[in-house]
Amino acid sequence: MIDLSATSLLAKLQSGEVSSEEVTAAFLDRINAVESRVGAFLKVNSESAMQAAQAVDKKRRSGAPLGKLAGIPIAVKDILCTEGEATTCGSRMLEHYVPPYNATVVEHLLASDAIVIGRTNMDEFAMGSSTENSAYKPTSNPWDLERIPGGSSGGAAACLAAAMAPLSIGTDTGGSIRQPAALCGVVGLKPTYGRVSRFGLVAFASSLDQVGPMATTVEDTALLLETIAGHDRRDSTSAKIDVPQYTASVNSPLENLTIGVVPSHYQDGLDTEIESAVKEAIRVYESLGARIKEIEMPHAQYGIATYYFIAPFEASGNLARYDGAHYGYRTDQQTMLDELSEEANQTDGAGESPLVRMYRKSRSEGFGSEVQRRVMLGTYALSEGYYDAYYLKALKVRRLIRADYDSAFDQVDCILGPVTASPAFRRGEKTNDPLAMYLEDLYTVNANLAGVAGISLPCGLTSENLPIGLHLQAAPFQEEKLLKVANMYQSATDWHTRRPEIQ
Amino acid sequence: MSLSKEDVQRVSLLARLKLSDDELTTMTEQLGQIVSYIDKLSELDTEGVKPMAHALDLTNALVDDEPHESLPREKALQNAPRSDDECFRVPAVLGE
Repeated sequence: MIDLSATSLLAKLQSGEVSSEEVTAAFLDRINAVESRVGAFLKVNSESAMQAAQAVDKKRRSGAPLGKLAGIPIAVKDILCTEGEATTCGSRMLEHYVPPYNATVVEHLLASDAIVIGRTNMDEFAMGSSTENSAYKPTSNPWDLERIPGGSSGGAAACLAAAMAPLSIGTDTGGSIRQPAALCGVVGLKPTYGRVSRFGLVAFASSLDQVGPMATTVEDTALLLETIAGHDRRDSTSAKIDVPQYTASVNSPLENLTIGVVPSHYQDGLDTEIESAVKEAIRVYESLGARIKEIEMPHAQYGIATYYFIAPFEASGNLARYDGAHYGYRTDQQTMLDELSEEANQTDGAGESPLVRMYRKSRSEGFGSEVQRRVMLGTYALSEGYYDAYYLKALKVRRLIRADYDSAFDQVDCILGPVTASPAFRRGEKTNDPLAMYLEDLYTVNANLAGVAGISLPCGLTSENLPIGLHLQAAPFQEEKLLKVANMYQSATDWHTRRPEIQ
Repeated sequence: MSLSKEDVQRVSLLARLKLSDDELTTMTEQLGQIVSYIDKLSELDTEGVKPMAHALDLTNALVDDEPHESLPREKALQNAPRSDDECFRVPAVLGE
């Protein structure tokens, strides 16, 4: 049962062949069996999930109307506020934070009668590409437990690959859905900026963050996107654009499909096995009748540099709210005051005010090193004298990157390429080299800067049996097209059916 | 663009972070590497390009002014590290 897609499980639930209680129990059993080796979850809702499943079964028996995901277990990344449940964002800063409200996406899931089976591990404040920046624990890649699952939605991807949940919610600021989906061999979609409400999503970089669906098939991805998308009056950046019935169209191939390929994607640095797998995917599309067109994205090479200006700028502002005063971690007050009076004795008075010291100590003790690095980077680049040189420059390059996309989408329906330059790396391999870690987002980050939609789907395995992801991108609000095109590939191939044997 | 340890120390105060001497050294080195990489943007001519702060061309996204319930005070205070029944409590700002 745990190998079935959400769509198949829904059919079985609707026909009465299985109950939600049975489905939920099967996934909880699987979690009991493998979670100690994978570490995808920060919290498993064993009891409340079973209660919710029983309630949905009862509702179904009574003939009451049911939501789109009635009785299907789903994992939620620990970055979406859930009323009454600790929402840690992978940080010590929010270890005991219990939100007084639900994120809009969480409300959509509850209204759809989905069963929230647990909260998944992530890089602290979604800053990272390996889930090693979680303040709580690392997550292993189910295909090779010595390797990272990608990040920041590493737990969200790993729980799908390990069949601990059929659906999962991730977030993507620079590649945080698509890169872990690629490295774990599952499907992950970053919607167009504005497609899904960000209300109740703990903010990292507000002009880049998007919540998105993760699943094992494109069809399930369509189903989950349909459930969570739409305008929300509480998020003024959510678009007032109707949500199509993605599930109604996802199985119809796109007529007259033109796919764009970017020659510079295949330059140095790209793993040769990934290159072969992606080129094989191009041949699959050709065999399905697609026209392949070479396009240029001349500013794509500036994506990482632009991103590492813009994201830290926005992060340094967003994370200013963690001040140890209103919520979150606060340093021990007595120790801090003692420290200050000792300093005052040594320096004849004039020291830092207790309030400023409280801020500084609370933040340095509550944030991990990557978060501090990005806050520092953003503060530095915004500090006096650098604003024009850095911030405005980056925003101008962002416009040029968007213009590359606009002209590409005048010519092609989708852009196809690799998601990552290499397969999952070993734990610890890049922890001391922040820049190398940043370059993990090379192929994904431009979609965030430009605000277009992107999806990662499995397209092969390396000789070491590690998953390879295929990246498809489409113009803003063209998720319907993107899902159709992605599903054409899955209908012709079986990479998405491969599952790891967890050692 | 090079960064000195003093620059990093100054920024750490602006960022309301407190770094130990060792952390300052590492941070200076790492920020220096990152800044010299991202300085790659300076090679691009962006004369006349309009800055893009946001992916959606939205201006003045206003909602109707409808009165609604606010977060009750006890809920707003429930996560405070220290509070009394009405306020967030912090260390004295101007001395005892």
